[in-house]
Amino acid sequence: MSATGIGAAVRRKEDLRFITGKGQYTDDVVRPGETRAVFVRSPHARARIKSVDAAEAKTMPGIVAVLTGADLASDKIGNLICGWMIHSKDGSPMNMAPHPALAATTVNHVGDAVAVVIAETIAQGRDAAEKVKIDYEVLPAVTDPSKAKSGPQIHDIAPKNTIYEWSLGDAKATEAAFAAAKHVTKLNIVNNRLAPNAIEPRAALAEYDAGTDHLTLWNTSQNPHVARLVISAFVGIAPEHKLRVIAPDVGGGFGSKIFIYPEEVVCLWAARKVVRPVKWTSDRTEAFITDAHGRDHVTQAELALDLNGKILALRAKTIANLGAYMSTFSSSVPTYLYATLLSGQYDIPQIYCEVDAVYTNTVPVDAYRGAGRPEATFVVERLVEIAAREMGLDPLDLRKRNFIKTFPHQTPVIMSYDAGDYNASLKKATEIGDVKGFGKRKRESARQGKLRGIGYSTYIEACGIAPSQAVGSLGAGVGLWESAEVRVNPTGTVEVLTGSHAHGQGHETTFAQLVSERLGIPFDNVAIIHGDTDKVQFGMGTYGSRSGAVGMSAIVKALDKIEAKAKKVAAHMLEAAEGDIEFKDGKFTVAGTDKSAAFGDVALNAYIAHKFSGQELEPGLKETSFYDPTNFTFPAGCHICEVEVDRDTGKTEIVNWTAVDDFGTVINPMIVEGQVHGGIAQGVGQALLEGVVYDTNGQLVSGSFMDYAMPHAHDLPSFKVETTMTRSPSNPLGIKGCGEAGAIAAPAAVINAITDAIGSEQVPMPATANTVWSALQKAAPRQAA
Amino acid sequence: MPAVSMTVNGKTVSGEVEARTLLVQFLRENLRLTGTHVGCDTSQCGACVVHVDGIAAKSCTTLALQCEGAKVTTIEGLAEPGGKLHPMQEAFREHHGLQCGYCTPGMIMAALDIVRRNGHDLDEHTIREQLDGNLCRCTGYHNIVKAIAAGAKAMA
Repeated sequence: MSATGIGAAVRRKEDLRFITGKGQYTDDVVRPGETRAVFVRSPHARARIKSVDAAEAKTMPGIVAVLTGADLASDKIGNLICGWMIHSKDGSPMNMAPHPALAATTVNHVGDAVAVVIAETIAQGRDAAEKVKIDYEVLPAVTDPSKAKSGPQIHDIAPKNTIYEWSLGDAKATEAAFAAAKHVTKLNIVNNRLAPNAIEPRAALAEYDAGTDHLTLWNTSQNPHVARLVISAFVGIAPEHKLRVIAPDVGGGFGSKIFIYPEEVVCLWAARKVVRPVKWTSDRTEAFITDAHGRDHVTQAELALDLNGKILALRAKTIANLGAYMSTFSSSVPTYLYATLLSGQYDIPQIYCEVDAVYTNTVPVDAYRGAGRPEATFVVERLVEIAAREMGLDPLDLRKRNFIKTFPHQTPVIMSYDAGDYNASLKKATEIGDVKGFGKRKRESARQGKLRGIGYSTYIEACGIAPSQAVGSLGAGVGLWESAEVRVNPTGTVEVLTGSHAHGQGHETTFAQLVSERLGIPFDNVAIIHGDTDKVQFGMGTYGSRSGAVGMSAIVKALDKIEAKAKKVAAHMLEAAEGDIEFKDGKFTVAGTDKSAAFGDVALNAYIAHKFSGQELEPGLKETSFYDPTNFTFPAGCHICEVEVDRDTGKTEIVNWTAVDDFGTVINPMIVEGQVHGGIAQGVGQALLEGVVYDTNGQLVSGSFMDYAMPHAHDLPSFKVETTMTRSPSNPLGIKGCGEAGAIAAPAAVINAITDAIGSEQVPMPATANTVWSALQKAAPRQAA
Repeated sequence: MPAVSMTVNGKTVSGEVEARTLLVQFLRENLRLTGTHVGCDTSQCGACVVHVDGIAAKSCTTLALQCEGAKVTTIEGLAEPGGKLHPMQEAFREHHGLQCGYCTPGMIMAALDIVRRNGHDLDEHTIREQLDGNLCRCTGYHNIVKAIAAGAKAMA
């Protein structure tokens, strides 16, 4: 392994600009003559718009324009769409309601945009926005997903506010397995609604060039090409070739910046109308009421087991809240990203899951770090843990007894697991986490008056999203391959243009490690370029832990072609047969001789083209590829959480965290560990702190960092993070993906630990001090005493 | 509009601003020092932390006019003119104390204030408690804590 090759903990290229304040985020970009957009938003959860009066606002200082939903409609700007078709059990298509970028007739959640003020400065825009008079007829609202079907109907297209009633698995066979079971564990779960809260708020800057009739959008996007495609093909702002989308440095995404939002559409539309650049930057309050939220499931789940603790079947019925409108990929999250993972790491013969997706008068819900897989893991890992406790079995033994041990393994819910060793990660985690010593530590905690608990989560996820044919057959509107272009310059330096997008993942470093190792050239001679539709031909972007498994595989394919072409050039230079040229460590050698040419010389010769005729070999050294994976990848592992609960206050402290994950090949262990840390923090946030709260009128109660509990440094411990390794057979590098594991594994580990500590299973998330204290009061007297 | 002048990163600067202009707006929009970020509107996230007369301050909750005559240091003013990084900047890179980079300028400026108040030998508990005014959504703080401890030592 070289110091900068695959497997090395190379320090990141991108850090220099970030630690010196020279990053370029969307709000840092300034265009000449730029104006600022301020949105006028609904204060009501549901209302009919009777009138919009912008007359006074238009006369205020610095106001360039005030545009309304009626203006948008008269310009025939199309609606935002959800790009994944789900069919109900009865075969009917999902009920996708119209989602205009500015509401013209009704508003359906607090924060729904009704008008936009275009002003010289933000302050002037805000002053004028307050003077836009909107007459609302307030209508009754529903926010609780379990009450959505009986609540007031939000969209004409969706009776009982039902988007779809979907199922997966064999209901009858599952029923039969439950009937034969010796033990059934039942569990009711609310998977709490979360606000993603990337620290960089969303932003959009649109510029119109009237001379070329061309629009440019700088946008906080995880996938600029997908944004361009949707904005062109569905919203109809501009054809693809007349629209450039640039996602510069992006300050975290976690899913929330995948989606196409009203604000970027409005900025583009407005920029053409006022013929000046239009910039919008969200503030945090707006982020809470406009960024797509995550999770929000209400689930009843059951696990059937035989006398020996062998799992026979799993059954779940879930209501998924998708909010007021269907966001870009919202439909796929509680279906194909959720129910397909309900087998966990276990050999479960029968699984049946029903999911009802509903509209409510809340912010749209879509993918948030893990997206469906945390919800599935929480169901499975809570059920398994509780089943073990109920049956008097060791939770680890019950897991091991049911682990899948041979691969490939076809689950009853679509997925075919290709590789893994679940015992290996469990064994390593129990050793590092000193599970054997837990009893002693528990007694020590008891002497301090604390209740100590241990909780496990042996999770699985499907990443490397995704084989296009497979997702197409499940309703995806796009293919989920990735593209890459490798440009070797005449001087031998290399530029890689990738369709992946980094917003914290460090691709400029890890992708360069791959290229450096493969071509045998210095790490510093490689530049990774991403996030610009004018530079990169196409790309599906970054989410679903796909950039290593899919994005880097595309680069591998392009590098294969570079090597093949370079060998032809080298053969001419070295006057040898192409088949005799070998390439190793940056040098082309004629087999069995000492004749060789360095990579840089071959690159130069490819361009000067003096040694070969342009008729037999094209000059230049640049190759592209599109890589479509053959399967999902299946990262899996074992997380162990140890907590101490203060019996007087109910406050939970995480005192130990051990994570052992199998991510397949690891390119940069430093970056992988960082991804795990961040994921765990978000999972712990869900378990202990975070929860979006709406009141019954649909007002968002948790609408700022004062009210929504983000994890702080003092809420978290340091983590022990290790890996095990089975290669993924589904891509050339053997990568599985690491971005979401922590967020997927953590909530179940935390709640399993708390419930172990207090002896009660009734601990909802977030398990705040008040929640745990209340549960303690109802728990067995031996614990509460 | 009222005029304001102050020293930012060693240079005297002045400008005319509305009275309601925040220090962070003055830095970002008037001076184009965009390393200082805004991540919230309630003074919680700390992405906007700068030093005013040597003490950490949230520039999103400070009026530009309050800083008349003050010495302000932003993330852009930490490295030496030749480009040599401040030990705390170096520590964040060495210990992978950043991912998306958005909270990082505020984290580094806050870290320097933690060192100012608590010295160079910082334990994990102190660092975690003292970081209460800064949020990071990427790192889970694990490596930020390591970076601050190492940076503090390197500054001694």
